[in-house]
Amino acid sequence: MTRYNAWNVFKNGLTGQKGWDRAWRDPEPRSEYDVIIVGAGLHGLATAYYLAKEHGLKNVAVVEKGWLGGGNAGRNTTIVRSNYMLPGNRQFYEKSLSLWENLTNELNYNVMFSQRAHITLLHSPAARDAAARRYNTMRNTGSDGELWDLAKLKKEVPHLNYNNSRFPIMGAAVQPRAGNARHDAVAWGYARGADMQGVDILQNREVTAIKRENGRVTGVETSRGFIKGKKVALAVAGNSSRLWQMAGFNTLPIETHKLQAFVSEPLKPLLDQVVVFGVGHAHFYISQSDKGGMVFGGDIDWYKSYAQRGNLPLVQDVAECAVSMMPCIGRVRLLRHWSGVMDMSMDGSPFICKTPIDNLYLNAGWNYGGFKASPASGWYFSDLIANDRPDPVIAGHTLDRFQRGYIIDERGAGPDPKLHG
Amino acid sequence: MIRINCPFCGERDHAEFNYGGDATIEYPALDAPVEDWVQAVYERENIRGVQFETWHHQFGCRMWIVVERDTMTHEIHSVRPAHEGIGSALKGAGQ
Repeated sequence: MTRYNAWNVFKNGLTGQKGWDRAWRDPEPRSEYDVIIVGAGLHGLATAYYLAKEHGLKNVAVVEKGWLGGGNAGRNTTIVRSNYMLPGNRQFYEKSLSLWENLTNELNYNVMFSQRAHITLLHSPAARDAAARRYNTMRNTGSDGELWDLAKLKKEVPHLNYNNSRFPIMGAAVQPRAGNARHDAVAWGYARGADMQGVDILQNREVTAIKRENGRVTGVETSRGFIKGKKVALAVAGNSSRLWQMAGFNTLPIETHKLQAFVSEPLKPLLDQVVVFGVGHAHFYISQSDKGGMVFGGDIDWYKSYAQRGNLPLVQDVAECAVSMMPCIGRVRLLRHWSGVMDMSMDGSPFICKTPIDNLYLNAGWNYGGFKASPASGWYFSDLIANDRPDPVIAGHTLDRFQRGYIIDERGAGPDPKLHG
Repeated sequence: MIRINCPFCGERDHAEFNYGGDATIEYPALDAPVEDWVQAVYERENIRGVQFETWHHQFGCRMWIVVERDTMTHEIHSVRPAHEGIGSALKGAGQ
């Protein structure tokens, strides 16, 4: 595989760009794999990459129903942050952010990670107190966080509506190391990195059944034949419940909801950071892509759905937030908008855990926070699969935490999946 | 927009309603084992296809209704009041 570096760019510039290999192969399945990962999204691909790189497991397949990175990997707003507070989540997302910081070098692929700061607007003294607690917790556990007063915020982000009488802006909670990345590049970088180490990425093979014998999983039936595997790992956000039922179980603490997001026509540089507005049921986050498009989104559509298409009332809600927080984009035209299906879990936190079947592993329940989580998700999930025991960081992210009373509910929203954002 | 035919108000936009959740959940007795309560409160079948679900007509009659809806296509097959007999009971109360 040709490495991407200045010398190869120079050399291929002189030789008609004929010296580049394809970034990953399109192999036929082997007779048996040590690990089969279902789902070639960011989490599945990262898991395969770290299985090969960190744990020496190279006889690995990633089985995908469509094309790699074609699900939620391409249906997000690319925000990366670690402003989580609760034990388990705190360490997990901090690990993820630290992996992001070196990901371009690690993968030899420019994921365009841009630490442009993540700014949460504060509109009441109570919100400021809660943010101070959260961001102090972050600072005391090895992360970064700042509280900005209004003067500082106006200087850094001049184009917000500072005359909003309904929700006056009082300041902001800021994580300077947070930012965003190029979503496709993350999928392609992990895919290429995994493939270079011998991982087979098997696209256009939809898993239709999970085969079991004597209480163990023996492989997966796909739309193009059976694939045998010693271990099977599920990483199929949005469709986790369906795969779970294929494995012979009934229920998960998950509902599938859809989340929309939007990108506008390209503009000249307008917004240097990721800005988030959230009061009650109004929720809005916006950043500007490197191509100039304003990338923004809001809440899920509030009713359960597997449809990868959005509905108009939420478009209106998001547009109302947009013009109330950034009136200057009121006449900007939308270029595209999309919808992805999310595993909304009962406490807003994910699952990386073993299952009642000894050689079946589950990675699910990412709500709408899966993009930023993907490096650490792959890191800890591969560790779990390779060593058959959870790292202490993810030891609480199990399915039985509800029964044991150890829910991880960052919002304190209770057991209603649509309320966890 | 999904159009929901409210049994009390007629056909309305879904934006008038709040989604409740799985209408097939049956809560166990208060002294039932904790496993039964965990199952009712946290565990969901999460059907892709036709399911029964509750909606609350918050910006209309404020009644709870049960909607039979396809979660893939959003097609609605049936709508009925969540509480049987509520319609006739209310008619009686108004007389």
